[in-house]
Amino acid sequence: MNTSTSRRNFLKGAAATGAVLMVGVTPKGVLAAGHAGLASLTPFVKIDEAGTVTAVLKHFDMGQGASTGLATLIAEELGISLDEIEIEFAPHNPQVYNNLFFGPVQGTGGSTAIANSFMQYRQAGAAAREMIKAAAANAWGVAASELAIVDGVVTGAGQSAPMAEFVAAAADLAVPEDPSLTDPKDFRLIGNPTTHRKDNAPKITGQAQYAMDVHLDGQVVAVIKRPPKFGATVVSFDASAAEGMPGYKGAAALPTGGGVVVYADTTWQAFQAREELTVEWDFTNAETRSSDQIRDDMLAMVNSEPEFVARADEGTDAAMAGAAQVIEKEFYFPYLAHASMEVLNCTIRPDEDGGVTLFDGCQVPTLSAGALAQVLQMPMEKVRVETLWAGGSFGRRATSEVDYNVEAGLAFLLDGGQRPVKLMWSREDDTTGGYYRPAAAHKVRVGLDANGRIVAWQHQLATPSIFKGTFFAATQVVDGVDRSSVEGVPDTLYDIPKMTMGVSDFQSPITVAWLRSVGHNHTGYVMETMMDLAAEAAGVDPLEYRLSYLSGEGEERARMREAFQLAADTAGWGTPLPDGHARGIAGMFCFNTAVAQVAEVSKDEDGYVQIEKFSAGVDVGLAVNPDVVEAQVQGGIGFALGFIMRDGIGFDEGEVIQSNFHDYEPLRVWDIKDIEVAIVPSAAPPSGIAEPPVPPAGPALANAIAALGTRVTMLPMAENGVDFV
Amino acid sequence: MATTITVNQTERSLISSEETPLLWVLRDELKLTGTKYGCGVAQCGACTVMLDGQPVRSCQVAIGDIAGSDVTTIEAVSGVEADAVRQAWVEMDVVQCGFCQSGQVVQAIGLLELNPEPTDGDIDTYMGGNVCRCATYVRVRKAIHRAAEILAA
Repeated sequence: MNTSTSRRNFLKGAAATGAVLMVGVTPKGVLAAGHAGLASLTPFVKIDEAGTVTAVLKHFDMGQGASTGLATLIAEELGISLDEIEIEFAPHNPQVYNNLFFGPVQGTGGSTAIANSFMQYRQAGAAAREMIKAAAANAWGVAASELAIVDGVVTGAGQSAPMAEFVAAAADLAVPEDPSLTDPKDFRLIGNPTTHRKDNAPKITGQAQYAMDVHLDGQVVAVIKRPPKFGATVVSFDASAAEGMPGYKGAAALPTGGGVVVYADTTWQAFQAREELTVEWDFTNAETRSSDQIRDDMLAMVNSEPEFVARADEGTDAAMAGAAQVIEKEFYFPYLAHASMEVLNCTIRPDEDGGVTLFDGCQVPTLSAGALAQVLQMPMEKVRVETLWAGGSFGRRATSEVDYNVEAGLAFLLDGGQRPVKLMWSREDDTTGGYYRPAAAHKVRVGLDANGRIVAWQHQLATPSIFKGTFFAATQVVDGVDRSSVEGVPDTLYDIPKMTMGVSDFQSPITVAWLRSVGHNHTGYVMETMMDLAAEAAGVDPLEYRLSYLSGEGEERARMREAFQLAADTAGWGTPLPDGHARGIAGMFCFNTAVAQVAEVSKDEDGYVQIEKFSAGVDVGLAVNPDVVEAQVQGGIGFALGFIMRDGIGFDEGEVIQSNFHDYEPLRVWDIKDIEVAIVPSAAPPSGIAEPPVPPAGPALANAIAALGTRVTMLPMAENGVDFV
Repeated sequence: MATTITVNQTERSLISSEETPLLWVLRDELKLTGTKYGCGVAQCGACTVMLDGQPVRSCQVAIGDIAGSDVTTIEAVSGVEADAVRQAWVEMDVVQCGFCQSGQVVQAIGLLELNPEPTDGDIDTYMGGNVCRCATYVRVRKAIHRAAEILAA
């Protein structure tokens, strides 16, 4: 066998029927191309003989727009319009569909989807373009360099024909090793603010398929009665009252002790049958504290010696002792539920080969497949993942334990594993189900000299660790400090001359997880509140004060300065406002993105506060889809304001108090009048945008409200002295 | 006795018991999954459908109470207002995760059928029951104004 051609021959042999050009990468990350039907080739782009182009999306889409972004990268390089490209979610394959920032893990998170795919998807599109051009050049007897693809038509050297005509021939050609990428000055789609999302049509006609929309023949619906307090377990249960109810199929205790699963033909029947269940719980290891006690315990911890040290600049204490003025504040942030519109759910189907398929709005397929492989005692390769549109997540669909996938796996096993099982959560399950943004207490002392300049910063934090006890701990916990607890403080871009930071882990069975922007969503509030207080004490404009602490070297500081300036310019910072109005400013650099925001609020005669407007300046590097970036900033601000204004998961002797949207009240349309977003022009590689707009929103609002007289450091605001309209 | 209702212009004889909420009949029995479950207690609007021409929360309507009624879901809602709303929703790229958008679209159509030139205040009042956890609200408002413009043209 001639080894140099064996692969090509294999490719040809594998393509028995249906000419489809596929371009992807090998497990070693090298570009590869070939025909359809080749099991070993898992493409990023497919072009069939009718010329239909499909982008295969290695990232899921929870609304952040990754599907539009990845399709844009392919379409740009291929020379087609965004209307001409179809999209589909990739199957699970951690060798080729891995997130390049995550190692051999396929998954979406940390605002990385576009950043890690930017070159990879462009290269795939460019390789497909070059192969089609080469096939056309061969057919016409001209040089490929004379040809271009314009709106799906191969054109040049006096010839013109639809791309589709060359798909079969192109699939026989060798893939270019290093296809030339489109010069950014020639971008038609990347950076174009007038392109539209790929998911508009299916989502306004009811056609988009979410996991909840999966209905398989012979399926049974499973719902779980979970412990009323975190850490409690099932002792026994009695389901006799459900016997004979329409559709009721039985009940079984989860072997984990984590609940009792109830089966029925339909969702409604399952919910009804669960109502009839009585369960005896073992509360020996359960959380039994109430919210006030939990808060007081955390506040006590920030007033005690910390367990771990996150930053310890020499001479901080001495500098504090010599400060002309010390500003001291305590902060508290309650637990938060993610409360995605689509409650958690997924379906597991048995397959003929003894494996299963998981249907899920799956955020990290490698975690899900790995967890199910363990539960179901089968190799991970036998757990297929079919990713569907996700109705939000904000991090909840990606917990380390992928709790709801594991529940579904257990429910599937307990049912006998012979028919599809659809696990459904109710809104009440979703609100009380844990994996919350951890509560956090901070105590900060900022020492100023006689000129109002910061000489020392002492910071204490108490919060439950997200990463400890998970396999992420190896990389995310250093010297006992969970990076996700403290991020945004010891690594602040502000040039604080001397800082100490101590951390203590709050222990509780209440499960916690990352929520959109993770630690930054509380540390940002604290940092930007303290900077405002320092500016006030110094008698300096809060924007000017911040910029003076960002004047040092470094690209990140430069980007943060630009974002601040752009937000300020957009808001008309410093221009006169009507009586009763005030502005506040805040910013944060996270996920390699700089975001600054200005909030404008008003207070009426009765003391009610209305959020008039937010203005944002963002540096995301090159904005692949500027309109999606704008939407993420608008949405991130709104998401944050909802919980800053009025959300918190509270506990009554360990039981979650809130249950649904009436008492875990999201932002509503009347809460904010307008959000204007300005994007810093940039040619730098794209970073991420789903998370970075979240942290500044709270402190920008807090700083604006403080300018009207009320400084809020205990959240949510509505329970701590602020009345919103 | 089976309940009969007209869904998207087709008469359907239902096997679900009469206390079953319309939402779950649409989703689980009729497989019209465009109508979404968000809260089950009329706090979010994701399940909004047209019942005899009026937007209602289908999670609160037992099918036994609407025998003989006419239900139109997101899959089939039509007319000049529906066309205008959909066009505006695309122009403004309103959707993010999209899970609430079936309800937002049906509710917005209901608003424009009632009031073809809504003010911001009208929008706040009429759309206030429709939750969007992605917080697409600024664009929802702009898209409704845009749909009103399209209708007026």
